[in-house]
Amino acid sequence: MIIRFDKLGVVIAAIVAYAALAAPFATFRANRIVPGQARPILEALPPTLGILLLAIVIAAAIVALLRTPLILRLAASVAALIALAVLIGVAGGFLTPAGNTFARVAPASGFWLLIFAFTLLLADVLTRLNLSPWARVGVLVLATLAIAVLLVSGSWDSLSILKEYASRADSFWAEASKHVTLALGSLAGAVIVGIPLGVLCHRVEKLRAGVLNVLNIIQTIPSIALFGLLIAPLGWVAVHVPGAAAVGIRGIGTAPAFVALFLYSLLPVVANTVVGLAGVPRAANDAARGMGMTDRQRLLDVEFPLAFPVILTGIRIVLVQNIGLATIAALIGGGGFGVFVFQGVGQTAMDLVLLGALPTVALAFAAAIILDAVIEMTATKRRVVETA
Amino acid sequence: MIEIEGITKRYDDTTVVDDVSMVIEPRTIAVIVGTSGSGKTTLLRMINRLVEPTSGVIKLDGADNRSVPAYQLRRSIGYAIQGHGLFPHRTVAQNIATVPLLLGWGRDRIKARVDELMTLYQLDPQAYGPRYPHELSGGQQQRVGVARALAAEPNVLLMDEPFGALDPIIRTKAQEDLLAIQKRFGTTIILVTHDMEEAVHLGDKIAVMDAGKLVQYAKPAEILARPASGFVETLVGASERPFRLLSLGPVRDAVEPGGAEGDAIPGGATQRDALAELLWSGRPALPVKDADGKLLGRVTVEGLVKRAARPQ
Repeated sequence: MIIRFDKLGVVIAAIVAYAALAAPFATFRANRIVPGQARPILEALPPTLGILLLAIVIAAAIVALLRTPLILRLAASVAALIALAVLIGVAGGFLTPAGNTFARVAPASGFWLLIFAFTLLLADVLTRLNLSPWARVGVLVLATLAIAVLLVSGSWDSLSILKEYASRADSFWAEASKHVTLALGSLAGAVIVGIPLGVLCHRVEKLRAGVLNVLNIIQTIPSIALFGLLIAPLGWVAVHVPGAAAVGIRGIGTAPAFVALFLYSLLPVVANTVVGLAGVPRAANDAARGMGMTDRQRLLDVEFPLAFPVILTGIRIVLVQNIGLATIAALIGGGGFGVFVFQGVGQTAMDLVLLGALPTVALAFAAAIILDAVIEMTATKRRVVETA
Repeated sequence: MIEIEGITKRYDDTTVVDDVSMVIEPRTIAVIVGTSGSGKTTLLRMINRLVEPTSGVIKLDGADNRSVPAYQLRRSIGYAIQGHGLFPHRTVAQNIATVPLLLGWGRDRIKARVDELMTLYQLDPQAYGPRYPHELSGGQQQRVGVARALAAEPNVLLMDEPFGALDPIIRTKAQEDLLAIQKRFGTTIILVTHDMEEAVHLGDKIAVMDAGKLVQYAKPAEILARPASGFVETLVGASERPFRLLSLGPVRDAVEPGGAEGDAIPGGATQRDALAELLWSGRPALPVKDADGKLLGRVTVEGLVKRAARPQ
């Protein structure tokens, strides 16, 4: 019998071997600031569970390494991920001395590498399964539900990141809503301004290069510099425009963060609108005019539907970019998950940094999956046209 | 009736169409022929005001085409182009219904018209109506393009190289379909092409354009027999002239009394087909039958050769 290896599986198996056998699974610290002590799997868990986890992880790695049926690979990756997710919570309880509220247990590099390796395997399986857009959203919903169950059941409560959460539960949700408002609000603004601007650039050729160049330059300004640049003009507006201060416009805070995110969002929206409209078949446009559509009818009935998938791609770029960038808003008092990141950096409390960073990554990831699915659904017809 | 009076189109210093005047009789097909850059497409596009002339007037049934807004004018004129220009995001039925929808027809009337046109173009409305253009063959797409142009029952149909993208066999079929439908609806058709063969085959009259000027506007036989300039002569192709002349008339016009051996040729075939058959089979004469199989007489090589000579 010839044993055949899976190319990606070799990489995954190597990562798993290192992470499970050589890297620490969890870190124990006497309090939230002192350096921690690394604990491998067998020391971080009760003996039977430790051996069980090792067995599951190694078995899954072997499934990944060899050329195995997709369904088996799917089962292996899901089983490994669930085992890791549940047992890291158990490790938290096991390592924390009874009654000690200062001690902190956090997932360590080995845990994160294992999660990474099996997520890679899962992503590879899902890609090869060639799921429909709805099915991909379904997988996302399932994963979200699974994480929600673990969070609500309290099985992760002994982990350091949730201890940080427990002491900040109220402000966490306030910052979360600020973060989402900033990201989505600036996106909405960019869509409302950017699409008409894109249409204008498409119709008036003289405008196109100028507008796109200006937006390009804005895109290259570092975010912190842009915040700084906005302080003076927005401060001036707050003082001199009646009512501006009353609606929250100030030199620092949410207003400059919103404006900066909005400005960054414009380029992808405008550029993709221009590219999308330029990609509408000439003959279809000519026929639309020749048959007596008015300019507005042509735009709404022919150009927009055909350019829509490309415009949506721009919106996807902006949304994912904004969810990440909104973290920086905390620097100038704009709020959002960045608050925890910067507090954590200030206190050298990595758990607090993670409390800000993990939800941001999860949000961006979910947004990307959902919008990709929407784009694929709207683009199906068109793609068939292009390949025909 | 379409009257083009002194139409000129200039872009900056270049004159694309130079003082063209012509009259297109109702219920006829006028074909505008020329090389690329001759201004033929621009002339066509000025009729439905996709291009506005620099000077001159175009009248449709006596009314200046600028007397109504451009989009309204275009809804009353059929428009079919090379590469069909179908909307890829709309079904075949929706594509055909475009202009009737713009005109605000009722649902039942639109459906009836779409079904009628699809049936006419040998596309089963049940099977093809809900499909998207990319699911059709090139020939079917072209037919849908013409059906869409005819949907609102226009009196005038403008066609810009409508058969340019088709292979020769499908092209011939599309030309026959067009002639049949023109007879049925009595539509006035103005068709732009660079193919003299197509022009001679389809046109009641042919307009030859060169460098923006209308060089000659006459019946095909006239163009073949008496080309107005060296350019027209080149376009006609000196070696093709006699055969094109023969292709204008049906065999039944060339029938002589008498009989002949072998398979008969139908009276509706062109004299060119008959000559080709005679030369190929090596026979001196062919029997001619009409549509119900009645013997009309015969055609001879000698008779056809006389007819292929330059008319006096």
